[in-house]
Amino acid sequence: MDTSGNILFCGVGGQGILLASEITAHVLLATGLDVKKSEVHGMAQRGGSVEAHLRFGKKVYSPLIEPGTVDILVAFEQLEAVRYLPYLHKKSRVIVNTQKILPPAVATGKLAYPGDSLAQLEQRGLAVVPVDGFALAKEAGEIRAANVVLVGAMSVFMPVAEQEFVKVIEKRVPPRFREANMKAFQKGRRAGGK
Amino acid sequence: MTQKKTVEDRLWFSGNEAIALGAHEAGVKVASGYPGTPSTEILENLTRYDDVYTEWAPNEKVALEVVIGASFAGVRAMATMKHVGLNVAADPLFTASYTGGRGGLVVIVADDPTMHSSQNEQDSRNYAFSAKLPMLEPSDPAEAKEFLHLAFAVSEQFDTPVLLRTCTRIAHVKGVVRPEPARTLPAAEPGIEKMPAKFVMLPANARQRRVVIGERQRQLARFAEQFEENRVEWGDKQKGFITSGVSYLYVKEAFPEASVLKLGMVQPLPEKMIRDFARQVETLYVVEELDPFIELQIKAMGISCHGKDLIPAIGELNVALVRQAISNEPGRVEFEPVPVMPRPPNMCAGCPHRGLFYCLSRMGVFVSGDIGCYTLGFLPPLSAMDSCVCMGASIGVAHGMAKALGADGQGKVVAVIGDSTFIHSGITGLINMVYNKDFGTVVILDNRITAMTGHQPNPASGATLMGEPANAIDFEQLCRAVGVKHVQTVNPHDLKATRAALKEEIERPEVSVVITRAPCVLIPAEKKRKKYPYGTIIAKCTGCGVCIRLGCPAIQWTPLTPAEAKERGYKEKQKGFSQISEEVCNGCGQCVALCKFEAIAREEN
Ligand code: SF4
Ligand code: SF4
Repeated sequence: MDTSGNILFCGVGGQGILLASEITAHVLLATGLDVKKSEVHGMAQRGGSVEAHLRFGKKVYSPLIEPGTVDILVAFEQLEAVRYLPYLHKKSRVIVNTQKILPPAVATGKLAYPGDSLAQLEQRGLAVVPVDGFALAKEAGEIRAANVVLVGAMSVFMPVAEQEFVKVIEKRVPPRFREANMKAFQKGRRAGGK
Repeated sequence: MTQKKTVEDRLWFSGNEAIALGAHEAGVKVASGYPGTPSTEILENLTRYDDVYTEWAPNEKVALEVVIGASFAGVRAMATMKHVGLNVAADPLFTASYTGGRGGLVVIVADDPTMHSSQNEQDSRNYAFSAKLPMLEPSDPAEAKEFLHLAFAVSEQFDTPVLLRTCTRIAHVKGVVRPEPARTLPAAEPGIEKMPAKFVMLPANARQRRVVIGERQRQLARFAEQFEENRVEWGDKQKGFITSGVSYLYVKEAFPEASVLKLGMVQPLPEKMIRDFARQVETLYVVEELDPFIELQIKAMGISCHGKDLIPAIGELNVALVRQAISNEPGRVEFEPVPVMPRPPNMCAGCPHRGLFYCLSRMGVFVSGDIGCYTLGFLPPLSAMDSCVCMGASIGVAHGMAKALGADGQGKVVAVIGDSTFIHSGITGLINMVYNKDFGTVVILDNRITAMTGHQPNPASGATLMGEPANAIDFEQLCRAVGVKHVQTVNPHDLKATRAALKEEIERPEVSVVITRAPCVLIPAEKKRKKYPYGTIIAKCTGCGVCIRLGCPAIQWTPLTPAEAKERGYKEKQKGFSQISEEVCNGCGQCVALCKFEAIAREEN
């Protein structure tokens, strides 16, 4: 992934996925590239699966990512990471929030939550970066900043300087949450291997 | 012209934001619509600009009528809706085609291929054809803004309403948009001008106008040949594509080398241009989402082409699909999908509708449902909705069932409908029910907001789109005024009272209305309110599972093996226990009454 690429954000409604993809988009926009993002509103806002496709390059046509071409998958929930497997290729980077959000069938005791989501990805030779977004956000002092933790982990694998992310996060997060979000971003960077 | 936000040279806008900006740049003065995914944010964003009047209308028909009036008064006007809404507005649409207007008149319609959040899949281009109206179709946010200027210009040049079609992948796609100062200016002057031959569509006048429309059709067809957004991008001539809208993007990405005729106007089609293009390419493909709208017309010109023989007619297209359909090249999939359990949407924790549906699910009645968050009452474990057709249909459907079943249906059919939907087109159904001597019950789920589409105010909310306080409809009085003698209002969080009211009214051999009133948990005042969540006293939980049947996302089941049960001091046969997540719980208390073992309690504050 250099001057063009595909990033897919997925998870569950209410996890801050849209803000995470928005921050990433603004960072890419600042580099002067063409950027397109596609999301689906509607029923997904009531706790269903949510996805945001982010594509960048010199000129982007389709707003949707093709299966098999995601460079970075940012999964906000374990099970959701597995759902998007067909979008990945052998060199894809997979950032997974280890948090579990029980689908209704699990919450009502009809099915068990599958225990091996990360292993399923690793078995296929994928480079998985597990991140405990919730715990790290808590450490940073703002439990709702798990999405920024994940952005931090993702940023390590992007061809953009850390400073560019810092600038955008500072601009887009309300002042009283800024410090905690900056901490969350740094904790994410470390979880991503920096 | 003033603008509330500062202008940057490169904006990062969704298609809907871009349309709002385009409307502002084109000097739109009046805009009306009804919320519907994916069209909703157009009007919401238009309120950010000064000098434009915006409103939510009770339904799409009214919205269109309002903007027709504004156009008659000589200003540029715009209506917004989703595809199913255009059905509601079809009546005035077909006649507006005859009257035209004075100020430019544009109708934005957003289709939803794949039905991400719709009850049917529908190709609105067919309306343009049958109402004899020009239709433009942009392919991304930048074009969407651009096309607003063109739509108003075409509307005024040809004295016609113009349809502008978008879809989910334009409306909710974000891309780079460049704002500019107002460019195309309205042709008309605001004021009253009496033009009865044009505005009064009684048969004698309409017959005259019908002829005018015929001539307009011919002129538009000529115009389409030079229209700047119908353009050929020459490349390799082995494959030639005719396409429009988002499909154009998929074609460009799958076949960057090929020749493409991109249609910015999909009705009427530029016949000469199409013939020229077809003649010069070896194989002609028509790539379009949903119906073979362009394909059939091309075939009717006697030109052979590939289209729906290769391209699916159901659902959204994408690059992989287009590539594979045309060249048979397999996709790039390196990993096969693995089965993952679905994650369907669910009503929020603390949603007042849950209480109503819990009661209904225990009553064994046929629930005639409608469109809104409460449609989710269909899903397990509540499974309390037995039909759902379209906005406002629940009451008519229930009435029809009652008439069909006669005395056998007495006490067995209930219609449920939200506040906004009731105003949209439920009220007429209720009037019909009273007038035609039904005995059924209508439940109005009044949460004072249009929740499903993202919390737009409606005439029950007490505020306008522009944020001014407004009259809030009194449903009790309204129902009585149309002749309902028995109207009861209950708080749906109180399951006992709700069940009692339902039972009483459903058994009553007369039309009755039960209003369940409690605010949606996502309206700002509710979000700000301090919440006192409940918790489970795990030691007291017997694992009976009654609370689980509410389907509340805050209540979770923890399974136990016999050994684990024993270790925790439970009976060995206890299969698990229930736990309330305090982070998710909104403190509505519906579950408290359900637990016979007093295992659900709130920490004293
Ligand atoms: S948004 Fe409001 S009406 Fe819709 S499910 Fe949530 S609480 Fe219920
Ligand atoms: S909390 Fe009460 S209602 Fe729920 S499973 Fe336990 S005993 Fe049954």
